[in-house]
Amino acid sequence: MSAQSLLLLGILLSLLFALAYPLGLYLAKIGESTTTFGWISKLEHGLYRLAGIDPNSSMNWKTYAFALLVFNGIGTLAVYAVQRLQTSLPLNPQAFPNVSPDSAFNTAVSFVSNTNWQGYAGESTMSYFTQMLALTGQNFFSAATGMAVAYALIRGFASHSTKTIGNFWVDITRSTLYVLLPLSTVFAIFLMGQGVIQNFSSYQEVSLLDPVTYSQAKTTADGQPLKDEKGNPVMENVTVKTQTLALGPVASQEAIKLLGTNGGGFFNANSAHPFENPTPLSNFFEMLSILLIPTALCFAFGKMVGDMRQGWAILGAMTLIFVLLSSVVLVAEQQAHPALQALNVDQTSSALQAGGNMEGKESRFGASASALFAAITTTTSCGAVNSMHDSFMPLGGMVPLILMQFGEVVFGGVGSGLYGMLIFAILAVFIAGLMIGRTPEYLGKKIQAFEMKMTSIVILVTPVLVLSCTALALMSDAGTSSIANPNAHGFAEILYAFSSAANNNGSAFAGLNANTPFYNSLLAMAMWFGRFAMIIPILAIAGSLAEKKRLEVTAGTMPTHGVLFIALLISVVVLVGVLNYVPALALGPIVEHLQLFAR
Amino acid sequence: MNSIFRPALVLFVALSVICGVFYPALITGIGQAAFASQAQGSLVSANGKIVGSSLIGQAFSSPQYFWGRPSATSPMPNNAAASSGSNQGSLNPALIDAVKARIDALKAADPENTAAIPVDLVTASASGLDPEISAAAAYYQANRIARARHLSLEQVKKLITTQEKPQYFGFLGETRVNVLALNLALDQGIGK
Repeated sequence: MSAQSLLLLGILLSLLFALAYPLGLYLAKIGESTTTFGWISKLEHGLYRLAGIDPNSSMNWKTYAFALLVFNGIGTLAVYAVQRLQTSLPLNPQAFPNVSPDSAFNTAVSFVSNTNWQGYAGESTMSYFTQMLALTGQNFFSAATGMAVAYALIRGFASHSTKTIGNFWVDITRSTLYVLLPLSTVFAIFLMGQGVIQNFSSYQEVSLLDPVTYSQAKTTADGQPLKDEKGNPVMENVTVKTQTLALGPVASQEAIKLLGTNGGGFFNANSAHPFENPTPLSNFFEMLSILLIPTALCFAFGKMVGDMRQGWAILGAMTLIFVLLSSVVLVAEQQAHPALQALNVDQTSSALQAGGNMEGKESRFGASASALFAAITTTTSCGAVNSMHDSFMPLGGMVPLILMQFGEVVFGGVGSGLYGMLIFAILAVFIAGLMIGRTPEYLGKKIQAFEMKMTSIVILVTPVLVLSCTALALMSDAGTSSIANPNAHGFAEILYAFSSAANNNGSAFAGLNANTPFYNSLLAMAMWFGRFAMIIPILAIAGSLAEKKRLEVTAGTMPTHGVLFIALLISVVVLVGVLNYVPALALGPIVEHLQLFAR
Repeated sequence: MNSIFRPALVLFVALSVICGVFYPALITGIGQAAFASQAQGSLVSANGKIVGSSLIGQAFSSPQYFWGRPSATSPMPNNAAASSGSNQGSLNPALIDAVKARIDALKAADPENTAAIPVDLVTASASGLDPEISAAAAYYQANRIARARHLSLEQVKKLITTQEKPQYFGFLGETRVNVLALNLALDQGIGK
């Protein structure tokens, strides 16, 4: 790995821990519902009064889960409705038509489930109203929902023999008002300083210095492509003297898109677009802000269960897996492409250029900052991209796939990363318990048959969705006709799409044309169940744990904060991921790698 | 039931107004007050008309201009209303064909240049709107610009050097130059 990549990774992680630690302690206060702040607390309690909520009441897990589903169900309907009605709504300066039913449905599920998979291109589909009210709103609410579930599960561990796990309304309100909104405001202002746009103007025409001539297919009066006698399309040369710049309220959405590990870009090119991510510095802080809350929640977890070492252990396991796998991408993307080498293209890294694989990458980021962004956006469930993963080297593209397939528990999404990893911790103590013949315990709570049944559901949901949907797509014409790249890479595009959807990531091998009724419906299904078929069993575990006594630590208790436990946790995450996905990976990126470097 | 649906509906509407209306409006207000030019797209004017954004690349193809990153947007390159990368995988024959075509175009415009071509000059950017090229890609084109504009090679190289954005602290960013800024400087006769 180059010195530049090492420095970038090292400085990013150091700064991340320095910022996440105090934030984590603050998140613990928010989750324990004790702290209020001046006028925001007036707003908070005003909302409770308006909605008829008693903030001091606490819910059992079933009520909590039902409230969560109703809130997210309303969100899905609202996002769908706004897209279907956008011609009749304000702030649509480009007069975009209503979004098609299948695409609107897919997008609604996508933004509610914190996936933010995008079958559409933002700047040519969505009005400013849709972007800021429906989509930005869900950027907040899906992240707040994740935090709420994480808080509920932590309370399950921390409490002593109670029936309740907290109040869902209080958790989402406090997460939104005290955490997500203030952080987003600060970050959005910083981003505007770097050049991210924020306006409601219609698209800007500019005159070009050098007119652009391009050839396009000639069409008849009714819009059909004109064919010559051999059936080939007739091409014509067109010259344009202007360029149209897409604009919009980007900074406000960009900030929460990253902080909430959402990842749905305002523009089609996402964080590769210069108006979303204009400078190396904006890019650095975008990477940092993706990791910030998932990391801080590990510290909040330690604080709330009364033993910071527990938080450090979880974070340690995450960090080790991440550093190892991100190094693979960093090395892979600095490689020279053999076919370009043969054409005498200079791919070396020097003082004057980044070098490496520059297809689908931006000059200001180069190979290092693109590769690191790719690892961060897939190790978390963010899914924003600053480079096109479809054009990565085979192994550079395989690691993002693996990071998603690990179940988004290595940092993972806001809230979802922590609750996912705690499920793996339960599995780890269960396996350890089997080995020594004791009833497994985690944080003083006995892990019994009910918890293990729910844990099995959580761990099996996403692999079943990913592999069965991929198989279904490969066996149907509707699935295979959307493939952009030939051979093994085409297969990888489909595998990537479902890995991304079911694990609520949202990034893509974007060559795949996923804006078809087939993919819009199947991916929406994968996203919905990948989100809520995990959340409900996890809340059930939280409820069941809350009812148990917290046992004292004895000489027979397995410590869950030491090196041994970290190693065990890493092994469980890797083993489950590898056993599920190695055959599929062998058919895709591994074959590609061998083909590319065989000659 | 009402104990769930009323809070859900009221909270959803109220939080939507706060996060989806007040928050973007606040950011817009701050942006227009503190960062008016950036918030509006960092537009660049020359001779009284807007000639582009310093953040959005344009498709230069004449020999007297520096060329930017290849762009895979459609229908025309550098379509700033439809950002996109090529999404071609490393084994896709279309990728190799596209690179060959770009090499041929560069060679046709500058037949005497036998240097190895910097990789970013023959590969499509992620957004299709990359405003910058590596410093290596600018120096590679210096000979052609000098000839087309009747400048000395030194004058063109000096212009590139003055426009270079460095890598900071050994890890932040890559050495690069803004193509529109270079070309505006050339048109305005800077570097003569």
